[in-house]
Formats: sequence, structure tokens, C-alpha cells
Amino acid sequence: MIKNYEELDDRHIDVLREIGNIGAGNAASSLATMLDERIDIGLPIVQISDFNDAIHAMGGAETMTAGVLINYSGEANGMIMFLIEIGEAKKLVSHMLKDFDNIDEMTDLKLSAIKEMGNILGSSYLGSIATLTGLDIHLSIPYVSIDMAGALMSVPIIEFGAVGDKVMFIEESFMVEETHFKSNVVMFAEIDTLALIMERLGLNQ
Amino acid sequence: MSRSIVVGISDLAVARNPDILVTYALGSCVGICLFCEQTNIGGLAHIMLPRSSQFSEKTPNRMKYADTAIPDLVKKMQVHGANPNRLTAKIAGGAKMFETQGDGPLSSIGDRNVDSVKSILSLLRIPVLVEDTRKNYGRTIYFHLDHGRMEVRSLQNERKTL
Repeated sequence: MIKNYEELDDRHIDVLREIGNIGAGNAASSLATMLDERIDIGLPIVQISDFNDAIHAMGGAETMTAGVLINYSGEANGMIMFLIEIGEAKKLVSHMLKDFDNIDEMTDLKLSAIKEMGNILGSSYLGSIATLTGLDIHLSIPYVSIDMAGALMSVPIIEFGAVGDKVMFIEESFMVEETHFKSNVVMFAEIDTLALIMERLGLNQ
Repeated sequence: MSRSIVVGISDLAVARNPDILVTYALGSCVGICLFCEQTNIGGLAHIMLPRSSQFSEKTPNRMKYADTAIPDLVKKMQVHGANPNRLTAKIAGGAKMFETQGDGPLSSIGDRNVDSVKSILSLLRIPVLVEDTRKNYGRTIYFHLDHGRMEVRSLQNERKTL
């Protein structure tokens, strides 16, 4: 039985990576449907890293970032957070809204588009976990905030701070028409949830 | 030459003028700046959670919790020559980063961190001179040890020195 993130070995990490791959695939097709555009998605990079390394990988603690937070509960409990650097977020929402004037201006409509984007990606990952494991997972509504990457990340880090100092960090890259985008998903699970996922996938020791 | 000493999440450090203590992107976490005017020695702790007793970690990281980090910081400052009876405090952070609707135990974690920090400082008889806490945005602290000035930066607001 796993007791904290430090105990995950290569086989566990492979499983998480595979969940990440399937989730990213689902996310790409949902996004393509929503945008009505072809989306090419790169293989996501899944890492189990320290808080401080994860924040560093997002461009540093003070980078202005849009974050979308979803809580999940039921047979699996945790939080998932979609993070995208603000410049990338603005480009992406102009594609979503087909509005290429005033790209730099942030409006309520654009903010809800970011929220919806995070919602799609978050539910795709959680959906892939639910499908693979057969666990019943309920999602909260998405919450959005634009601020320093480190300050946004502190929210799930605090919630799961008592479990350990590591997070599952997914870096995804995708291409809409000719434009490349990069975003991150950070996944936090209660340790019992993580153990249950591993058990359902046949990795119980 | 003045150096910047960076304090990470669940971390603390002690320095002396002209060095500067820095901690980046406090969200719901709280940064505690302690200063000894006699010696120009300062300490900065970046705590995540109010109390260590609520959690059953095998080997708790004492720098993570307000009730263990603050006494440890005072001790460390004393070892460096600060007078523990003459310390003053300035604090920042404890924001609510997402407007979540639920009222779960962690929805108000920023508030509870601030409350815990203040009650521990009060137990240690360390006066809080100023605070820039709560609200809904992230903050970075630069703690200058010439006069114990706490400079707070955020993305949306003017930077201010407290």
C-alpha cells in the first residue's frame, strides 16, 4: 500500500503517465469539437516532481498565469488544476472565440472561455481515470483566477501539503492551426485515492 | 555587497543587513518577517498551514506550520545574536486565491493561517507592527534589513513598503 508520493516506483509512474496520455487524447478531441478546428497534440510529459520544481517548470513563481481549479470527490478525492501562462491563454481564447482583435484585453467572456478550457482538460483527465478504474468520480464546477503561478499552485499544495511534497505534473503541448500552445495540468490526489487507483489497475503489492 | 536570500515554501532563513530576505508568490501561505532593531538581524518564514498538531506526518517538516516555524525562527535569530525580547513582526499573505463556493475546512485556509500566526506571535509577545493580509491576490515579500522594511509586490497593485 502506498503511503505517500515518495513511495511511487517506476511502474506506478508509468501508470500515471498512461493515464496522462489517455486524458490528453480525450482532451484534444473535446477541444477540437469545441473549436471546430483540427488540433494536433504532442505526447504529454508526465512527471512526479517537488512543489518548487513544478513551479519552476511553469516559468517561475511570479509568472502571471491563468489557473482553473476543479475539486473532485466520490470514490476518488483530490483537486486538478489547469495552468496556462497569461500570454498563451490570451492567444488561445482568441482562437476559441474567433476574435483576433484586442488579443491583449481580458474580458469576462475571455475569462469564462479560459474557465471552460480548464474544465474540458480537467474533466478529460478525470474521465480517463474514471473509465480505466471504474471509480465513481464527481467534479465541482471550475473556479478561475489570474495571478502569480506560485500563489495559484499554493492552493492545492496547501490542501495536500500534509501528504508529502510531491505533485503529478503534466506538461502538454498542442497546435491549433499553425499556432503552438503549452499548458500544464497539476493533479493532486488524496493518498488513499492514489492507492485505490493503483489497486484497480492491478498494481497492488 | 548585499545578497538576496530566497526563502521557499515551508522554509525559513535568518540574515543581517545589508542582505535581503525574499519569498515569492505567497497565496494562502503567510510570510512572517521578524526584525531585531538592536542588531539589524531579520528572519523570514514562509508557512503553509496553521498548526502541526492537525496533521499526522511521520516526520513533520517544522517549517511548514505556523506553530513550529515561528518559535524555530526566533531561536535561530537568537543563535545569530538577535535579542529575542526585542523582536517586532510584519506579516503578509493569507489570501483566498479562488472564489470557491463551498465552505469546506480549507476554503478559509488563508484566514486561518493569518489568525494562527497572530496568536502565536502574541503568545511569544512579539508585536505585529503592520500586516498586508487576506484579500484575493498573490504577494511577494522583499524584507530589507536596514530598518526592517517589508516591501510587498503583487501583479495588480502598486508595490508598497510597510
